[in-house]
Amino acid sequence: MTEPPPGLPGLPELPVLDSPRRRVPPTGAKRSWQTGTVTEVRQETPHARTFRVQLAEWQPHLPGQNYLVRLTAPDGYRAQRSYSVASPPEDPGAVELTVDRLPDGEVSGYLHEHVGVGDPLEVRGPFGGWFVWRGDRPALLVGGGSGLVPLACILRSRAARSGAGRSSAPVHLVAAARTREELFYADELSGAFAADTTVVLSREDDAGPGRPGRPAGRLRAEDLLPHAERLGALGGGGEGADVFLCGSTPFTTAAERLLQEVGVPADAIRVERFGPS
Amino acid sequence: MSVFSEGFSGRRGRDPRLPPGQYDVGDSFPVLTAEATPNVTQETWSFRVDGEVESPTTWDWAGVHALPGSAYEGDIHCVTTWSKLGTSFSGVSLDVLLDQVGVRSSATHVLAWASSGYTTDLPLADVTGGKAWLVWEHEGRPLSTEHGGPVRMLVPHLYFWKSTKWVAGLRLLDHDEPGFWERNGYHERGEPWAEQRYAGD
Repeated sequence: MTEPPPGLPGLPELPVLDSPRRRVPPTGAKRSWQTGTVTEVRQETPHARTFRVQLAEWQPHLPGQNYLVRLTAPDGYRAQRSYSVASPPEDPGAVELTVDRLPDGEVSGYLHEHVGVGDPLEVRGPFGGWFVWRGDRPALLVGGGSGLVPLACILRSRAARSGAGRSSAPVHLVAAARTREELFYADELSGAFAADTTVVLSREDDAGPGRPGRPAGRLRAEDLLPHAERLGALGGGGEGADVFLCGSTPFTTAAERLLQEVGVPADAIRVERFGPS
Repeated sequence: MSVFSEGFSGRRGRDPRLPPGQYDVGDSFPVLTAEATPNVTQETWSFRVDGEVESPTTWDWAGVHALPGSAYEGDIHCVTTWSKLGTSFSGVSLDVLLDQVGVRSSATHVLAWASSGYTTDLPLADVTGGKAWLVWEHEGRPLSTEHGGPVRMLVPHLYFWKSTKWVAGLRLLDHDEPGFWERNGYHERGEPWAEQRYAGD
């Protein structure tokens, strides 16, 4: 399971986070800065907008990867941030980036206030070699807030594959938000992806037409356990599901603990923390 | 060619301590990790230096505290573009530990590792000569678990993924061996002033 560094006989093996089973081959992407054009802007929640950026040098990304967005002031000052791609690689020629507007956000604030259809936007990508899903292994996806962006990309890619008659491994998303209004992609998660999604709302009861009611409350073991069990994420051995966990630091910290409490081994969990960066 | 972003002036001042593409995160200290936070305590933590050394040695919590202390005051830079300016850490200089194990002349690189399996590689010259530490205090308080406590590495002149959290050892090598992020898309050295963020930058 681990690979001792060559040329060092007699030394104890070191633990390897990305054991060969978990490693993702590089895409070989050429990733220069390019100026795309915004062709669509959608409001997702009161604070989140999706920007569709048409790219002349588009290349397929892996679900979970991200793009950098760079802003340049007239005096040459630059600011850049990375945003996960929400659109699947099966939707070629453009990337959709969902941007949560952060309080005092230097880049997110500008994107929300100043960028509309027809505007140029400088981007570079795709990046990311760890928090990516290749489609060949079952996955339990756990996300909160804007942490749902890369996970929605996985669901969308999987749906596009099966629409094209290609099979991919089973996945299940546990999607958290404070309220349904703040839930990213709420209509899609409770519509097309309802069978593969569990919605967890911390601040309001979630009952509605066609939806079993869940009382308000933070993520709980029972939200995770049945799906972890069904997908084979419990126990070790490296043959079970991968867990992709994405969200704020408080959310991911709590979810890491819960996942391990229900029996998911720590080394099955890939984490991406979205900070105010 | 880059385009100007109409109406963008940038929110913050241009502090000369900020490398290109970085912004000042102020008093906050974002947490970024790739793996579940391991359960390492002062009682269970240890640090082993092995590989191309004369005397492989393991220190525990009391052992590193018995060494002469050292502090860093200055800036740190995360590849995700935040920098934290004028912060401080204290612990012990890696020079002290490397002096005790006797580094062989064959050693050229080090691989720092954590019990989670996280690794990062550095040229030996980047962790010697007063450039790297093991630290257990941040701004006068014990280093929290989410920031790599009880003990993390600190290599502040490189992007912060080189400053291994929950560090458990340093393996000296006679060659370079890419670490976790270096295998997964990031630059092999990570020098902030040269903006060495991604492989090939």
